[in-house]
Amino acid sequence: MTGHAEKAAPFVADDARVHWHDQALWFVRLKRDRQAESIPEWEALRDAAAAIKAHTLSRIADYLEEFERNAKTNGIQVHWTRDGAEHNDIVHRILADRGLTRLVKSKSMLTEECHLNPYLEARGIEVTDTDLGERIVQLRHEPPSHIVLPAIHLKKEDIGDLFHKELGTAEGASDPKYLTEAARSHLRQKFMAAQAGLTGVNFAIAETGGFVVCTNEGNADMGTSLPPVHIACMGFEKIVPRTKDLAIFLRLLARSATGQPVTTYTTHFHGPMRGGELHVVIVDNGRSAILGHETFRRSLSCIRCGACMNTCPVFRRSGGYSYGYTVPGPIGSLLAPLRDSHKFGSLPFASSLCGSCSDVCPVKIDLHHELYAFRQELVREKVVPLYKRFAMAVLSFILARPWAYRVAGSLMRGIMPRLPRVVVYGRWNPWGRQRELPSMPGESFRDLIKKESK
Amino acid sequence: MSSRDSILASLRRNAPPASPLPQAPSAITYSDPERQFAEAFTSVGGRFIRVATLAEVNTELEKLESYTQARKISSLVPDVGRTNVDLAALKDPHELEGIDIAILAAEFGVAENGAVWVPGSTLGPHRAIFVVTQHLVLVVPAGQIVHNMHQAYDRIRIERPGFGIFISGPSKTADIEQALVIGAHGPRSCTLFLVG
Repeated sequence: MTGHAEKAAPFVADDARVHWHDQALWFVRLKRDRQAESIPEWEALRDAAAAIKAHTLSRIADYLEEFERNAKTNGIQVHWTRDGAEHNDIVHRILADRGLTRLVKSKSMLTEECHLNPYLEARGIEVTDTDLGERIVQLRHEPPSHIVLPAIHLKKEDIGDLFHKELGTAEGASDPKYLTEAARSHLRQKFMAAQAGLTGVNFAIAETGGFVVCTNEGNADMGTSLPPVHIACMGFEKIVPRTKDLAIFLRLLARSATGQPVTTYTTHFHGPMRGGELHVVIVDNGRSAILGHETFRRSLSCIRCGACMNTCPVFRRSGGYSYGYTVPGPIGSLLAPLRDSHKFGSLPFASSLCGSCSDVCPVKIDLHHELYAFRQELVREKVVPLYKRFAMAVLSFILARPWAYRVAGSLMRGIMPRLPRVVVYGRWNPWGRQRELPSMPGESFRDLIKKESK
Repeated sequence: MSSRDSILASLRRNAPPASPLPQAPSAITYSDPERQFAEAFTSVGGRFIRVATLAEVNTELEKLESYTQARKISSLVPDVGRTNVDLAALKDPHELEGIDIAILAAEFGVAENGAVWVPGSTLGPHRAIFVVTQHLVLVVPAGQIVHNMHQAYDRIRIERPGFGIFISGPSKTADIEQALVIGAHGPRSCTLFLVG
């Protein structure tokens, strides 16, 4: 098992890029702050959003049935899928049954989670991601490194080189406007040739049987208004009870995500386009098990704004790929180990527990407390490596006994200065790889106090 | 058991205890919602023009380069614009490609974020018009500016089956190094006339 720290190693090796990445994300965090401060009722909005999500989760089966009933009345075909395999199979069947081989997609982290693209490509379907950042990482054969800013780990020169190779732009050109224009004409051709469009779902509405998709680029709108077949994939937790609940979430989403007052396009779908078909694929894929988890079910409230990533001091300095999961950052560090605690057991430790994530979360998921609780769970499950558990056991023995603390302290002060550097900074001491240990004082604090009070 | 039934059964089994739906918090209002709307719309990359009459819209349009240079123009607002593309004659939305400028009516605007509500029924025979066009012009009646999104949803009548959209400025992206570029996939510019 390679953990977060090992996966972060290649990213942190380039110090200048780490600082640049850190600053780029902090810039987004500051934009978010300005937007949040422009709304006096911001905190009340967060409370309301959290309460709506909690209520919805408590009655989620009823709301999904209500959604299905109303969606069918609107002429939408609803599919239910237990896991990624079933989801991929249904999407493929919708396309294959109609002989469609060219699909354009707008951003959907759910389809990343289910690995839909390789599944369809292996079956002869051309899949084009149309969000600019997603198209960039698709052309690089990489997953997104951030759920809202998929190519945030790349510099414009990287993208210039890529587009020169893939789209025939001028060599060495890296102006974002020029590169975006090149992508626009490349992707227009894809939109015009597409036979079906696939989108995610930001919010599905039980009361009306419709759903909302938010984008800035307009790619979801191109992909769902030109080809006649639209497939929308959603985790069941995307449901909200009423249309008016959208006001609360839409006021929070874009402000938290990118520091915009609202996305450019907030599209409400309540039926297929004229002469077309609209399919909604509802996915469980492990979510219902999380719902049963008393401590961690709140993670299902997430609206995927990415604010916790932009603010996280660990994410900003380790990059999205260090998490090894579709959703990185603080929320991903819960969602991933909830799925597989052995594979992703290092992620709850990829946090300073500073609480910045919880402060910005628009639906008030108590991220840092949940990460802390998860660490305890991992120790109980013995997922945490033996050496760490052993070290913690020794430490708790010493810290619980004043005499042991005294003895250990004086031993350290006596022995440490005599040890050669190769021993102190050996393989056993990962902490010392980038850091110097403080020099040992001659006497303890206890000795000093004793001397002073004489 | 079908996937549907097994998912619903496991959701019922695992559901947390009931908790109530909250009230929406009382929301921000502005002393001059029209001015706030104009500021918000401009901040998202749009161009705001205040006029008294529809005739004035036509005059102002002639001053826009995107309009005077346009070869194909389609307006869905009566008495506005020199329409030379008959949308009803297009059999397929793909034929919208090549439209330089589209003029659409929006029902109302939202002061807090500069978005306007465009019901699907006002988009003509091919709803793709609002995003396929190279440039977009929106016409909104004065006095139809609500303060915030809560008021917006109090007004919206969801068309079922149907379509509806909030538009806030021209299409944009910042996916390359967080540099804002206007004109991603949709319109390269968005001009809004508040009329009346």
